[in-house]
Amino acid sequence: MYTVSSSPHIKSNDSVQGIMRDVIIALIPATFAGIYFFGMKAFLVTLVSVLSCIAAEALWQKLTHRKITIGDLSAVVTGLLIAFNLPAAVPLWLPAIGGFFAIIIVKQFFGGIGQNIMNPALAARAFLLASWPVHMTNFTVDGVSAATSLAILKTGGDKLPSLMSNFIGNQGGCIGETSVIALLIGGGYLLYKKIITLHTPLAYIGSVFILTLILGRDGLMTGNAIYEICSGGLMIGAFFMATDYTTSPMTKRGQVIFGVGCGLLTTIIRLYGGYSEGVSYAILIMSLFVPFIDKFTAPRIFGEVK
Amino acid sequence: MGLLTFKKGIHPSDKKDLSMHKAIQDLIPKGNLVFPMVQHIGAPCDPLVKKGDRVLLGQKIGESKAFVSAPIYSSVSGTVLDVSPRLHTNGAMVMCIIVENDNIYEEVLTMVPHSDYEKLSKSELVTIIKEAGIVGMGGAGFPTHIKLTPPEGKVIDSIIINAAECEPYLTCDYRMLLEKTNEIVEGLKIILQMFPGVKGYIAIETNKPDAIEAMKKASANIKNVQVTEMVTKYPQGAEKQLIYAITGRELPSGKLPADVGCIVQNVDTIFEIYNAVVNGKPLTERVLTVTGEAIKEPLNLRVKFGTSISEVIEAAGGFTEDPVKVISGGPMMGTALRSLDVPVIKGTSGILCLTKEQAKLEEESSCIRCGKCMSVCPMFLNPTKLNSLVLRGEYEEFEKLHGMDCIECACCSYACPAKRHLTQTCREGKRTININRRKK
Repeated sequence: MYTVSSSPHIKSNDSVQGIMRDVIIALIPATFAGIYFFGMKAFLVTLVSVLSCIAAEALWQKLTHRKITIGDLSAVVTGLLIAFNLPAAVPLWLPAIGGFFAIIIVKQFFGGIGQNIMNPALAARAFLLASWPVHMTNFTVDGVSAATSLAILKTGGDKLPSLMSNFIGNQGGCIGETSVIALLIGGGYLLYKKIITLHTPLAYIGSVFILTLILGRDGLMTGNAIYEICSGGLMIGAFFMATDYTTSPMTKRGQVIFGVGCGLLTTIIRLYGGYSEGVSYAILIMSLFVPFIDKFTAPRIFGEVK
Repeated sequence: MGLLTFKKGIHPSDKKDLSMHKAIQDLIPKGNLVFPMVQHIGAPCDPLVKKGDRVLLGQKIGESKAFVSAPIYSSVSGTVLDVSPRLHTNGAMVMCIIVENDNIYEEVLTMVPHSDYEKLSKSELVTIIKEAGIVGMGGAGFPTHIKLTPPEGKVIDSIIINAAECEPYLTCDYRMLLEKTNEIVEGLKIILQMFPGVKGYIAIETNKPDAIEAMKKASANIKNVQVTEMVTKYPQGAEKQLIYAITGRELPSGKLPADVGCIVQNVDTIFEIYNAVVNGKPLTERVLTVTGEAIKEPLNLRVKFGTSISEVIEAAGGFTEDPVKVISGGPMMGTALRSLDVPVIKGTSGILCLTKEQAKLEEESSCIRCGKCMSVCPMFLNPTKLNSLVLRGEYEEFEKLHGMDCIECACCSYACPAKRHLTQTCREGKRTININRRKK
């Protein structure tokens, strides 16, 4: 018997699992940086988060008699990203709740991988922040409480960490967001592997840079744009979350619009909003516009007759 | 001129090494020959012979009165055993003439050789090409005489020989370029003569440098012929993409190459035009590549039409293992065969045999919206959107999003990390819409 199937008869070696594996590899430098700066507690939070995401996915699919797809590694990515958005000092039940919320409510309720309208990790962060605001804003470095650079910029108080500390990651903040250099290494790996293109990150970081420079915290043209882009969750957001395939536009033009939109919202929240950080809400809000952006940036067809 | 190309597309491994250095060999058929009455796009031929008749090599055995059709000739001499439906490479049962080869190859000359073709008029040349049964031999099988008679008012300024051979594995066009260099140039001259003032292009991908060299040398003395070097990228040889790469013109949706002043012909087709006009021979055989990891000795063969594909595979040393996939054509657009008991026809450009490992069918998973399909589609479509529309039966929206413009090159399915059957559903959508249109 011969195998009969529709063409093509050869396929590329790309797979969903391979893409997710590359994203995990790209997150390793930031994982190590998080553990280095925030200690073993950061490791435990990450571990609980990843395991709860895998468990939630397997459990849900088992209970609903669906094919168990934890092998595609997407739950691992979600778990890592949730942990990266948490302070290391949170109690360990918090990442567990976050994992179950992200996977079951945000991902599986909408139809599983590729179907969710928001990034599960970001939606989980928003949920946790709204539910347990004290835990979620209790940042410490070496056991001493340390406000984030953005909070200090907003409300004053502590001495601002140096640009170098921000770049290396030695500052108050969530586990995976503080080390700009580690995130850039990971982002570079994703670019090299062609998992992402520069469109979204460049549009996002670029627009935050320009807008904070112009709008400034002390009036027009007073912004320290380089410091701003190296603070908070912008790097992880721009390279790892605004580039999430499912919740960002598919067209290159759409990705630029999406990135600029995220940059605009982030800047507005950071400078004028109640929160000191705006990355997660900016991306969550822009994700809701994705179908709209995709529709209006649909490419012209080859030989299209208007 | 620099390297020419189109936008988007993919870079699969070309695997041409398997067979590209093997000179073309003739295959002498052993068994009976089966001539399907459908070997082209257009009206099927009616059999001109009946059971028990003796036929000669080069004798016309099938013909249709319809304009869009091409006659069929016997490739051997012998006795008609039967006229009955048989399995075709396309998987359907098709009326066939079955001839028992008497191995004498007694030939009948039905056409006149014209070594002085310069004296022939355009209409005389078209008549010869039509009479010889020549169709597009790249696989589609569109009758060549129709391509050469564009509607009144269409000004043709470019004749393009499609020698891109962008399908991985296939090397028969490449061998023809090397071994029949002068005949191909002569064939091109015949077409150029039909359209005074046009420019001829011979489009070859850069992975065939010696063919580029050979064609450049052979065409050096012809003023209005240019060998264009193309980027090695799939689907460089797709008609619309090739025209765009060479002339910069985008063939509008639903239009024919003649609408943008172009005629595109495959290498083998050009050779057969030469053979018909200069040697007075109708189309009775073709060159094809027998290749793939499951073939013992991949090679290029000149095969008489009607020869069983099992004989062709035997001539290449047979299989290295129990084969699991035998494909008529290339890996991107070829048709998987369910039986080897089907004949070689005008459009059979290759027999590709893939191993069990290669033919493994991977399970589809959900689309993750990575956008790879969009970034490779040479028609700039949104394959994953079209896929979901067909799966939901929303054909109107499928048409609105230009699903009918899909050229089925299969780049999307090739690139999809979720292994979704994007090309298959687009093909299905197009077919369903065409059937519904005919019903109206």
